[in-house]
Amino acid sequence: MVVDQLTEAEIDRVFHALADATRRDLLRRAADGELSVSRLADGYDMSFAAVQKHVAVLGRAGLVTKARHGREQLVRTDPVAVARARRALDALEATWRERLGRMADQLDTPNTQGDPR
Amino acid sequence: MTVTTIDKDTEALTLTLVADFAAPVDAVWELWADPRKLERWWGPPTYPATFVEHDLTPGALVTYFMTSPEGNKHYGWWRIGTVDAPHGLTIEDGFGDADGNPLTDKTGQLRMRLFEHDGGTRMELHDQFPSLEQMEEMLEMGMEEGLRQAVGQMDGLL
Repeated sequence: MVVDQLTEAEIDRVFHALADATRRDLLRRAADGELSVSRLADGYDMSFAAVQKHVAVLGRAGLVTKARHGREQLVRTDPVAVARARRALDALEATWRERLGRMADQLDTPNTQGDPR
Repeated sequence: MTVTTIDKDTEALTLTLVADFAAPVDAVWELWADPRKLERWWGPPTYPATFVEHDLTPGALVTYFMTSPEGNKHYGWWRIGTVDAPHGLTIEDGFGDADGNPLTDKTGQLRMRLFEHDGGTRMELHDQFPSLEQMEEMLEMGMEEGLRQAVGQMDGLL
């Protein structure tokens, strides 16, 4: 498996996400298959909103993916999918940066057609 | 040209960017509206884009192909959504065959807005992909070139 190089900020987010027992438990449960946030919340003595916040922290760290299925948000532990998406978006960013550079080059090009007066 | 912000969302598969150009809005709009100008920036120099049909009116089909260094043609299409010349454009895009027939039922969305900013032009762009697979396929066009350019730049530094 190819793992992307993580930036310092990304590593911080991963360790912050893992530094909480509830979040580690959420990761284990979500790894067994796709579970909705409400199903995940059933297992804890805390509010749905609190569980949702924990899931959001895991999401920002790239440790789970969320997919909408009807009215439910399904949570899945899938670092590979997230890494793939990140790599594709990084390539898309590079593509657009190159395009922007070429756009700027075009704007700097003097009008070779000549002025119609 | 300055890239002000770039935001990437790995869940929604979207890229949002803001870039500033030291040129009037009309000039930046022409880079999209004039197919010959568009061809000079859409694809990398060795993976150039050729626009076959190009008409920025709502509902129009724009077709283009990109030619690989080996001479293979990859066809794509845009379905023009809304047009607010010279300030905005929405496009539905996807892969196609040589006649511009869509090859996939899933399509991406591209939204572009231009407005005057600080004596120049600010461009806001929102690029959304329908699936990771389609995104990776699209990025293969021109990727080799990106690598080649990176290597070329390294050569220049050595």
